[in-house]
Amino acid sequence: MTLDSKIPEGPLAEKWDNHRFKMKLVNPANKRKHTVIVVGSGLAGASASASMAELGYNVKCFCYQDSPRRAHSIAAQGGINAAKNYQNDGDSVLRLFYDTVKGGDYRSREANVYRLAQVSVNIIDQCVAQGVPFAREYGGVLANRSFGGAQVSRTFYARGQTGQQLLLGAYQALERQIGLGKVKMYPRTEMLDLVVIDGQARGIITRDMITGKIESHAADAVVLATGGYGNVFYLSTNAKGCNVTAIWRAHKRGAFFGNPCYTQIHPTCIPVTGSHQSKLTLMSESLRNDGRIWVPKEAGDKRHPNDIPEAERDYYLERKYPSFGNLVPRDVASRNAKMVCDEGRGVGESGLGVYLDFRDAIKRLGENVIRERYGNLFHMYQKITDENPYQVPMRIYPAVHYTMGGLWVDYNLMSNLPGLHVIGEANFSDHGANRLGASALMQGLADGYFVLPYTIGDYLASAKPKAVDTSHPEFKRVEDEVKQRINRLLSINGSRTVDSFHKELGEIMWNYCGMSRDEAGLKQALERIPQLREEFWNDVRVLGGADTLNQSLEKAGRVADFMELAELMCTDALMRSESCGGHFREESQTPEGEALRDDDNFAFVAAWEYTGPGQVPVLHKEELDFEYVQLTQRSYK
Amino acid sequence: MDLTLKVWRQPNANTPGQIVTYAAKNVSPNMSFLEMLDVVNEGLIAKGEEPIAFDHDCREGICGACSMVINGLPHGPQRGTTACQLHMRAFKDGDEIYIEPWRAKPFPVIKDLIVDRSAFDRIIAAGGFISVGTGSPPDANALPIGKEVADLAMDAAACIGCGACVAACPNGSAMLFTSAKVAHLNMLPQGQPERDERTLKMVSQMDAEGFGNCTNYAECQAVCPKEIDIQFIAKMNRDLIMAAARHGTKKGTGKTEAL
Repeated sequence: MTLDSKIPEGPLAEKWDNHRFKMKLVNPANKRKHTVIVVGSGLAGASASASMAELGYNVKCFCYQDSPRRAHSIAAQGGINAAKNYQNDGDSVLRLFYDTVKGGDYRSREANVYRLAQVSVNIIDQCVAQGVPFAREYGGVLANRSFGGAQVSRTFYARGQTGQQLLLGAYQALERQIGLGKVKMYPRTEMLDLVVIDGQARGIITRDMITGKIESHAADAVVLATGGYGNVFYLSTNAKGCNVTAIWRAHKRGAFFGNPCYTQIHPTCIPVTGSHQSKLTLMSESLRNDGRIWVPKEAGDKRHPNDIPEAERDYYLERKYPSFGNLVPRDVASRNAKMVCDEGRGVGESGLGVYLDFRDAIKRLGENVIRERYGNLFHMYQKITDENPYQVPMRIYPAVHYTMGGLWVDYNLMSNLPGLHVIGEANFSDHGANRLGASALMQGLADGYFVLPYTIGDYLASAKPKAVDTSHPEFKRVEDEVKQRINRLLSINGSRTVDSFHKELGEIMWNYCGMSRDEAGLKQALERIPQLREEFWNDVRVLGGADTLNQSLEKAGRVADFMELAELMCTDALMRSESCGGHFREESQTPEGEALRDDDNFAFVAAWEYTGPGQVPVLHKEELDFEYVQLTQRSYK
Repeated sequence: MDLTLKVWRQPNANTPGQIVTYAAKNVSPNMSFLEMLDVVNEGLIAKGEEPIAFDHDCREGICGACSMVINGLPHGPQRGTTACQLHMRAFKDGDEIYIEPWRAKPFPVIKDLIVDRSAFDRIIAAGGFISVGTGSPPDANALPIGKEVADLAMDAAACIGCGACVAACPNGSAMLFTSAKVAHLNMLPQGQPERDERTLKMVSQMDAEGFGNCTNYAECQAVCPKEIDIQFIAKMNRDLIMAAARHGTKKGTGKTEAL
């Protein structure tokens, strides 16, 4: 099977327009005869559900939370990029496109990224019309800031709660359609499997998380908008409920998994305090604009940071990267923090932390200016750590934040399984091997508001899926599989909790498939993960019943899928023996210790095909052609 | 530190619940309140007892999922803080801590500390939006909005929909929640065309769900993790009077809504 990315012909800037013209339309009177399932209600899922319902389709939308408003898009702080050029500083669609391809370390599809940059401007218009309260200047126009090392100010924001406000905008549009009866919402409902009939995705199996009822839902197309899988590491900045189950089940039913090993590790998170730690909290990377990152020069120096004289501090980013200093991209900052901690120079009780020091900025600008810029972040830091960052340097450490990998999709956001569309973080995405700051919100809304509503029509009009309902035997068969699996989890009654397994898996992944990877470590992980999986299926303890609200059972199902995904991630990481973006392979570095790409051998998307339990997955390659951007080695020296 | 927990346990909506006592030993002051419960739950599972069920998700104070009354206060003793961001250093060795679900008729208990807050979604579905479909709205800067207005709208929009306001109110009123959304949208120029209809419909839905009225206790503002100001309730009441005066009835406007 060859992967067809379906990139339209023609010059880059005209591809999307031409494609929109060529796509087939569904007659307005026929739209109401089609039902589309959307799983997930974050930025991508909520915006897609609302937009498709507005067009006339019947939408069934599912989320595991008690309300669609709680999807984890809500936690995004920083902002959303758009090539509006409101600041007259030279931004353009072409520049946003170029920055995104380069930032992704040349591992994304040019045509997709260009379209993303094109529709970015529509997103801001749409959100303002919905009443999203973006920050404004005194004259009443929208404010912008520069973010994530971009040289132009193209980031729109709503205080430190941009994700919340954008999600509430999409949620309100969704609730409007729920009120009008065009969307049927299923909260506290988890998708547990995908149903494929005659090679087309035709429905899902769900579990009602209150009653435990297993149900079938049929549709003409299925859209997965279920977010990322960073929780495979146990500790991450993701919400506790974020999981891989929906896309993993789809993968096992035939959808290819793209670049599973591409994980973004964010450099500025609050360090772990102990084994009780349940999640990690991100501090906006805007802090690096004024904070200076350092560790003691001597390993094991346990003095109070304020007692360590200037000469005995190592401002390692400024030393190694004089031109970018503390503002190097996320992957570089994270990797260097790990290196100094590995040398025994980490700070804090655990030794896994580096200082982010505002002393000099406060001296230069005054405490008031710093308070104005970062007051809410300092407040949050103090709430969590009980330390005053105006007086003592913050301690930060990298944490898993975003997964660039996900199900493989073509230009129409459809997977290789006809009828199965994947949007937002759940697809392998437009971010290549590394996502730039303020680009996740942009992609989620681009997919949901402005891409999928067009491409789904083209699919329905061309594929003309035959009428199918849940009485089809395939639904019954998959329902039975789902029930069996639940009963199996409940009947093991072993000695270990789900969380203890999840933590152990997370540790393996963090140590061997985290910030830097090497062949020996990955091989070790690939040996250990199947053993752990077997232990899990023999010794996990899940109490309670199947037909009631059972949070341990929910977790157990998700962790079981993480156990399988982990192996695929390590397999992918082992295959990709180059360093690129968030993927750093020890064996592939420049003499100065920087990431070294191998464009001759690895300028492709790795799309993995599931071949059965315990079988080696099959690798399919989608070669990436770069027509418009010249591949160069990133340098921040 | 060692603590004694008095936790509301209730298997489902149809079975009566009760307070059950648990010991929480060796609690670190650096744990969040929910992490303390995680550790207690791990111990319960080890003993073969079902863990305490509670809603939670982002654990960074923004999703609004966590919802528990701690020693009589929704989200616990620390102002402007959700339960997930409350840390155990707010307590001391030997403390006895009562943990209960939100208590309000429109929020029925589902299990233990988990309640059904879908009434909030229905209030939003009744009118908490601006009716603008995805398409080609005017350029975002075509409509200047003064910074003061935009900032105040943002203050109201910061609501996370957790329901602490209802849990704290002796009347079980949802006026802080409803007014935060009414005020956010009614203040902005984009929200003007539907201003009256929105106010009437949302208030009418709020009443239909069985939430009580506001009698100015202001407990809601005191427990709100996002410190939403009760001035928005006053704004909503003004808008409601104006809308009712213009449209005669409080129960909806009789207008048909365009798709």
